[in-house]
Amino acid sequence: MPLIIVFGPLIGAILAGLFGRWLGERASMALTTGLVILSAVLSAFVFYDVAIAGNERVIELARWISIGSFEATWSIKLDTLSAVMLVVVTFVSALVHVYSWGYMSHDPHKARFFAYLSLFTFAMLSLVTANDFLQMFFGWEGVGLASYLLIGFWYKKKSANDAAIKAFVVNRVGDFGFALGVMAVFAVFGAITFDGAFAGVEGEADTVLTFFGVNFQAIELIAFLLFVGAMGKSAQFFLHTWLPDAMEGPTPVSALIHAATMVTAGVFLVCRCWPIFEAAPNASAFVTVIGATTALFAATVGLAQNDIKRVVAYSTCSQLGYMFFAAGLGAYGAAMFHLFTHAFFKALLFLGAGSVIHGLSNEQDMRKMGGVYKMLPFTWVLMLIGTLALTGVGIPGLKIGFAGFYSKDMIIESAWLAGMDGVGVGMLAFWAGLIAAGLTSFYSWRLIFMTFHGKYRGDKAVLDHAHESPMVMLVPLILLAVGAVFAGGLFYNVFVGYGAEDFWRESLAVHGHEYPPLWVLAAPVAISAAGFLAAIWAYLMNEGLGARLAARGGPLHAFLYNKWYFDEIYRFVFVRGAAALGDLFWKVGDRRIIDGFGPDGFAATALAGARRVARAQSGYVYHYAFVMLIGVLVFSLWVVAGAGGR
Amino acid sequence: MPADFPILSWITFIPLLGAALILILRVLMRGEDQAHLERNAKPVALITTLVTLALTVVLVAAFDRTETGFQFVEEAEWLSEFGLGYRLGVDGLSVLFILLTSFLMPICILASWNIQKRVADYMAAFLILQTLMIGVFCALDLVLFYIFFEGGLIPMFLIIGVWGGANRVYAAFKFFLYTLLGSVLMLVAMVAMFLQAGTTDITVLLQTEFARDLQMWLWLAFFASFAVKMPMWPVHTWLPDAHVEAPTAGSVILAGVLLKMGGYGFLRFSLPMFPEASQFFAPLVFVLSVIAIIYTSLVAFRQTDIKKLIAYSSVAHMGFVTMGLFAMNELGVQGAIFQMLSHGVISGALFLCVGVIYDRMHTREIAFYGGLVHRMPVYAAVFMLFALANVGLPGTSGFVGEIMTMAGAFLVDPRVAAGAALGVILSAVYMLTLYRNVVFGELTNPKLQDIADMNLREWIIFVPLVIATLVMGFFSTLVTDVTAASIGALIENYDAALAAAGR
Repeated sequence: MPLIIVFGPLIGAILAGLFGRWLGERASMALTTGLVILSAVLSAFVFYDVAIAGNERVIELARWISIGSFEATWSIKLDTLSAVMLVVVTFVSALVHVYSWGYMSHDPHKARFFAYLSLFTFAMLSLVTANDFLQMFFGWEGVGLASYLLIGFWYKKKSANDAAIKAFVVNRVGDFGFALGVMAVFAVFGAITFDGAFAGVEGEADTVLTFFGVNFQAIELIAFLLFVGAMGKSAQFFLHTWLPDAMEGPTPVSALIHAATMVTAGVFLVCRCWPIFEAAPNASAFVTVIGATTALFAATVGLAQNDIKRVVAYSTCSQLGYMFFAAGLGAYGAAMFHLFTHAFFKALLFLGAGSVIHGLSNEQDMRKMGGVYKMLPFTWVLMLIGTLALTGVGIPGLKIGFAGFYSKDMIIESAWLAGMDGVGVGMLAFWAGLIAAGLTSFYSWRLIFMTFHGKYRGDKAVLDHAHESPMVMLVPLILLAVGAVFAGGLFYNVFVGYGAEDFWRESLAVHGHEYPPLWVLAAPVAISAAGFLAAIWAYLMNEGLGARLAARGGPLHAFLYNKWYFDEIYRFVFVRGAAALGDLFWKVGDRRIIDGFGPDGFAATALAGARRVARAQSGYVYHYAFVMLIGVLVFSLWVVAGAGGR
Repeated sequence: MPADFPILSWITFIPLLGAALILILRVLMRGEDQAHLERNAKPVALITTLVTLALTVVLVAAFDRTETGFQFVEEAEWLSEFGLGYRLGVDGLSVLFILLTSFLMPICILASWNIQKRVADYMAAFLILQTLMIGVFCALDLVLFYIFFEGGLIPMFLIIGVWGGANRVYAAFKFFLYTLLGSVLMLVAMVAMFLQAGTTDITVLLQTEFARDLQMWLWLAFFASFAVKMPMWPVHTWLPDAHVEAPTAGSVILAGVLLKMGGYGFLRFSLPMFPEASQFFAPLVFVLSVIAIIYTSLVAFRQTDIKKLIAYSSVAHMGFVTMGLFAMNELGVQGAIFQMLSHGVISGALFLCVGVIYDRMHTREIAFYGGLVHRMPVYAAVFMLFALANVGLPGTSGFVGEIMTMAGAFLVDPRVAAGAALGVILSAVYMLTLYRNVVFGELTNPKLQDIADMNLREWIIFVPLVIATLVMGFFSTLVTDVTAASIGALIENYDAALAAAGR
């Protein structure tokens, strides 16, 4: 059964990708979608079998690399952690496949699109079911490849190609850290399977690794390097720049890859490696700081964006920050819980945004929308549910609310508790998370109001063609909405409540949870309410205020609108820097110095001499060379012969 | 196969027989229509290479992978009054290189099917080259090795010089100058070794212990030759020019096999015969390798000629090989051999990819192309696979070699691995940029409107390469199990020699 889950999508991808032309469009789509739905159904069984019934196991399939103890095996590891991911990945993927039937209905390359989607699903599944670091790296780069292919799916567009390359390269920067981390794991623990490495954590606590002349505690260094990989994949501060650009891809891709699954791989990595991070307090603090910074930073940028997908993208970035600071503080269960609920409501918001875009003739600029809730009533309601879940609406005392209420508040509580326990960065994370919650509420409602309410500001022709999406797109939205409403309440106990220890078993560390005072519980909801009211005031009661503020400019708006100028700085330092260095090495290093003093200089001297001697200018230099070579051979034989004949 | 069947001699010299046959045909058919001759020369060459490939497969199948020493050894009297001998044999270090050579040759012949100029000579040159290349990997005698090693330059030199592009003379000359410099020094070293040990038998030389000071000099002399062949920074500048001017199949052989001779030389001579010197100079090799990886990757990023870009990328990838070799642990050396085999397939395939569009448009300028995917979807997919393999995507053979050499280097010095890993980022930059500029985007150049997708011959060329890349990428143990025993022995002897020397 697990074999079908993992390899079903691969088979679909291969058949649709290579034989799509012979199979035809419909057959390719049906095949891939069917296989992924099958995976999703089977995943539910496996989830029950593994997580609830406790049948954890590792299925080994074939040897991949085996050099001494550097052993990587193609295998499927099933424990609670991977079972949760299996369900999330296959479920969202299946819905996105179905949704794409409607969304991509006008596209001429449907077979290719579905092949890529299924390929992605396979890579993601091989990532989460890895039993060693190397197979994880395979999945890790595999999803990167699928992401690259899908962002650049509309390959005619230059912006799409650029975004695809940017995503791949920035991810590679993270992978640089991941790869070095894996090597360090091998150097320190002498194994690259998870169990093998984790078994060594205790014994190697005091091991020191010298890196660039500095002595590091080996485990801290490993944790740090692995986290650099996670930063790339999960678009954390410094390596986040690719994610907003990735919105160049078709919207279902954004929902699947850049919201629900791939970008959470970094969180999964940190959770999977919890024994290492537990033993590395400094690296964990770094994780927390980066996570908290990202949560806050991305939320501020989200305030000033006008592209509907970019707002959701920055929101994703910000929510991933929450997951990381939770993991950094040791609340792995909370991180995974938020990953789980976030998959539902963020996929819902993205697909909802896609429905809006689809309905409004591919318009993505919210400044050209407004008041369309009458034309898109279902989408409107579903987006509202997604927003309620994202902003974490609920009643603190009674523990009743939307999915995000349980998971996000759990994270904020954990941060406060960690801070009270004396973890220095805990309080920082708490306040960052709290403020970001307010900002999240503001930009989320701003999105709803700018899109669905107020006066329509766009092109009249677009409005005339505005239409609600077909059922094939709405049904996945409805299923996700169900998740966005209930996933939090239903799974609260097993993920982070009383059932947590029995649920996660060995796959995650579960720390006992205390109860913070009521004000801590109420604070996120209160601040979200404040954000909501502020959005009403700015975008409903004083419609156009935002636009006027933006028009007036001001450095703060420019700073936020330009995403803190990260792209500009990176372009200047790295892109231009690499180009300049490349030119320097090529034109000065190779041509002028090496060739100038080497062969060309030598040749010029030699040729000048030769001309004087022979006056022959046939140009057949190779004739000479040939003769010279034979001369060398004869000479060598002569020398050896002479020596041998002594 | 009977036990006394001289299979190595057959594999080595069948191509030479094929070449002789073509040249005889050429003489016989002098008066006749040249087209007739050409029609005959091509199948003769193809069949010759296929027979060689079949025999090589038999060889690899019969190869005992638990044996650490030489197998299929052949000895014959040859100039024995001078202390020389005709000795052939293979071990785990060399046997797969023979397979690589035999595997690439039929592909090269097929890729040259449309060559216009002096077809019979061209085919003969390639077959002679094959004999010399395989000879390098079989030879167990210094002089025999030297003859094969340097003799291989001559046909390659002619291939570039006669069938090359516009600037072929300059390229061929540069190629020659560089390699000559290395060869002369290596020859001197070989003479010195002979004087010391009194024999040119490699199996005996492997047991000989050279004094530490002598090792240093010998190591440097061999290094001069092998570093040029690899090529290592800063003696790499001949390679881009040679590649640019060489015909497609010439580039394939150059990148696929000739570059590996440097790495093979390190494995056969420098590391086992001069262990103390190897250990002493390892930091130098590390530094040069890391410089090569980063420097040439950055240079590759700025190229406007597709072939030049891939040539620079080759230099970077060979940097991984030298890095892995001198890590001198199992991972590093296994990785280095794997990287050489993998690079032989991938770079060969990339040059063939360039050849496909060069054959149609006769230009290698990146700016000329763009939007090929609209007309050549199959080509786009194949090119994509090899571009990603070159980038080292897991699942392709490129990844396995890179991660193993880096992990091997990490055990010795993490800084080296970090430097190399930087190159892994850069490779993604230049390869994907190249791919975007050539294949993606709008098709704007009107000359590309009618460009045709891959034909049957090109399908046949690429399918084996695709399979090789993926199989090696997913099941690397197929390769590493063959090499493991010999590498284990190599490292054991190396460590023992260092221990004996008290280092």
